[in-house]
Amino acid sequence: MSHRITLPRIGTAQAWRDAARGLLGAGVPPADIAWGDEDAPAGLFDAAPAPPASGAITVPRSFLSLAQSVVWHSDPARFALLYRVLWRSQDAPHLMTDRADADLAALRRMEKNVHRCQHKMKAFVRFRDLGSASDARRSFVAWFEPTHHTVEPTAPFFARRFGDMDWRILTPDVSASFIGGELTFHEGQEKPPLPEDASEELWTTYFRNIFNPARLKVKAMQSEMPKKYWKNMPEAAAIPELIASAPARVRAMNEAAPTLPPLRAGKVEKQLAAFGSRWSGSRDELSAQISACTRCPLYCMATQAVPGEGPSQAALMIVGEQPGDQEDLQGRPFVGPAGQLFDRLAGEVDFARTTAFVTNAVKHFKFKPQGRRRLHQRPNTSEIDQCKWWLDAERATVQPKVILAMGATAATALTGDGRGIGTRRGRVSTLEDGTALILTYHPSYMLRLRDTDQRAQAEEAFRQDLALAHRLSRSISTERPVEEDGAPMRRAH
Amino acid sequence: MKSQTLQNKLAILSDAAKYDASCASSGSTKRDSRDGKGLGSNNGAGICHAYAPDGRCISLLKILMTNFCIYDCAYCVNRVSSNIERARFTVDEVVKLTIEFYRRNYIEGLFLSSGIIRSPDVTMSDMVQIARKLRGEENFRGYIHLKTIPDAAPELIAEAGRLADRLSINVELPTDTSVTQYAPEKDPGQIRRAMAYVKTRKVESSDKSHTGKRPPKFAPAGQSTQVIVGADASNDATILGQSTRLYSSYGLKRVYYSAFSPIPDSTKALPLVRPPLQREHRLYQADWLLRFYGFELDEITGVTADGNLELDYDPKLAWALAHQGLFPVDVNKASRELLLRVPGFGVKTVNRILTTRRHRTLRYEDLTRMGVPMKKARTFVTAGGWSPGGLIDSANLRAQFAPPPEQLTLL
Repeated sequence: MSHRITLPRIGTAQAWRDAARGLLGAGVPPADIAWGDEDAPAGLFDAAPAPPASGAITVPRSFLSLAQSVVWHSDPARFALLYRVLWRSQDAPHLMTDRADADLAALRRMEKNVHRCQHKMKAFVRFRDLGSASDARRSFVAWFEPTHHTVEPTAPFFARRFGDMDWRILTPDVSASFIGGELTFHEGQEKPPLPEDASEELWTTYFRNIFNPARLKVKAMQSEMPKKYWKNMPEAAAIPELIASAPARVRAMNEAAPTLPPLRAGKVEKQLAAFGSRWSGSRDELSAQISACTRCPLYCMATQAVPGEGPSQAALMIVGEQPGDQEDLQGRPFVGPAGQLFDRLAGEVDFARTTAFVTNAVKHFKFKPQGRRRLHQRPNTSEIDQCKWWLDAERATVQPKVILAMGATAATALTGDGRGIGTRRGRVSTLEDGTALILTYHPSYMLRLRDTDQRAQAEEAFRQDLALAHRLSRSISTERPVEEDGAPMRRAH
Repeated sequence: MKSQTLQNKLAILSDAAKYDASCASSGSTKRDSRDGKGLGSNNGAGICHAYAPDGRCISLLKILMTNFCIYDCAYCVNRVSSNIERARFTVDEVVKLTIEFYRRNYIEGLFLSSGIIRSPDVTMSDMVQIARKLRGEENFRGYIHLKTIPDAAPELIAEAGRLADRLSINVELPTDTSVTQYAPEKDPGQIRRAMAYVKTRKVESSDKSHTGKRPPKFAPAGQSTQVIVGADASNDATILGQSTRLYSSYGLKRVYYSAFSPIPDSTKALPLVRPPLQREHRLYQADWLLRFYGFELDEITGVTADGNLELDYDPKLAWALAHQGLFPVDVNKASRELLLRVPGFGVKTVNRILTTRRHRTLRYEDLTRMGVPMKKARTFVTAGGWSPGGLIDSANLRAQFAPPPEQLTLL
């Protein structure tokens, strides 16, 4: 028993799906079916109605989406090929993931052709203005010649995009129209006369001028915008002349002698000196100097230098290692994960960070790029030495009574030796200018500890050291009260 | 000054904008106008609506608001010391052009850049006004890309980020020294701080508040930048080193490489050259290898002694030729990481190989059927019924992949 199935031009996808389900349900093998387009010549057999669906049929989801595209291909063999793969998939459930199967490869090729044709339709349809259809909606029309039957599957794209206007896309195959928010399909037609549209001249002007004659690559253009589309694109008329004149235009640019700057240039230059950038607005001289530092190569890699922050006469100065990822992006010290841990531990001993001047031994972030992240790198001795100049400047400006140095880098900067923080921490020593110094762990050291006991111990030690530094700074500086809301040395922009 | 027609202005201000490479319109939030109350849609993927004879995609209306500029960057056609014709669009003209072009399906949206006039803030605030009008008055839901002026006030950049899909700030040249030399008014540190600001705002906008509310989206298609190649003496290792830092520091979506190309009325400070298009192409290839193929910077730039990529061989092939000992790899057994290193294999190909080899032992013809360019790859792989035999060990392997001799052109 043979079946001849003829599918309509509009609504092909649903019709094929219904027919295929019926045939598959009735167990009709691929060899017994002749599939045809609406306009295919009638065969030897009369069109047999598709058998009614019987029982549940399971079809891989990926096959459905493949079929949804392939039915719009112009190859008359597509329906038969689709049905054959559908038939085979019933016994081979994993068939769809086999990229090397010959039938599937052919279907994938068709799918690709249809997708490309849809994509080019989205790109190359050119509407012309018909004026206002009503008070509210403007009206447009386009003539297009698709390679495959892509109007129906692509029209919803245009409906989503041009929701507030009426439009029609006319083609020799199927035409789509979107009037008052309703999308309908009609038979294909011959090209009608289209109204002139003044915007096409503006668009062609744009096309001519965005082209760079020094980069002529005609093949690259044609592989993406094949000539068959040109006749319905207004800008394409300019292409031959643009290609022909390009070499002469480049030669002219190369041969032209440099000219003298126009008079305006001198005036502008003078004016320019008067415009300060808002981001480089008022800052303390020191902060500005730090920001402009190029003493070591780190400045080229980092976003910005991060100077210290806090009351300008603080009794306690807290020195960390260097800005991290967040500090580098925001331009403020101690705002990243280590800074947050610091704030939590400080809160537990009733210490407010705003009463101290917080800064880093090194002012620029040192890191190694890895994909979309930046891996922290410890600054080397030379970088610490170069940056010590700024730390000393901050010490001279703030004149703290007590310095709490967190971690090896800060210890190196202040004492010349960063070893053995674990045994050296918690004791008060004196720097050469008489400032008291206390060493402690860096908060990021605690963040790295995996063992909860070790971490708890380190946190306890840190709390003690911070409390000690805080107590000491208050007792030494009783004659000079800490400014709770003292003007910070520097504010981030 | 004589009055200019809209067409004159468009000619001048699109000509002035063509040296910006980016025309991407992809990767933003999904939206449409099916409700009939606005115009435009975005489904995440960009569309190239036309191609110019330079092979570049035209997706956006890429124009300058004005080409008057108070800066004097040697590589730029719009620098203050150039004698080219100047023009300036009004806010309404840009809005009208964008909407009318969009309605005719010419474009995906607007890429607006500008010369610096009067001051960075004035310039940026005019650009923001255009975006505000498009979004607010015209209910425009297409794509907007705003070039950010690095020195503009943070409030303006913040509003730009709320209105636009993408923000970009050009780093212009590969090193700070070159920027100081060729773009004396630009401050590379300021450019980095502005990129850091955009990144910080973008991260903030993706954090939910304690009530679970999302703040307004900030530049959902991310930020990008452009670097000019071939204007200064930097080698490819320097350029790619800068890119890896930019990607890791500011989460950039793209770094665009733009071959320095002749401009009208050039300056004595920067002689014109034939644009190094092949070098630009190789840099993009290397950029992809770094981001999607697991290559490290030194692996790619270490192949040659001078730190420049080879022009005759793509960077992956160049790496493979320098590491012949690792090949051939067995397509039926090799790990994903190793397959990604085979010349000719792309990410898609590797994914297909990995799923298909669960079903069968892959043979040479299976690979061709899957669309793998075997002409290049076959030397470096073994498959069922295929072994490159002596090919991989042959002493003149490099010569086999050499490009055909180029015919001299009479340019």
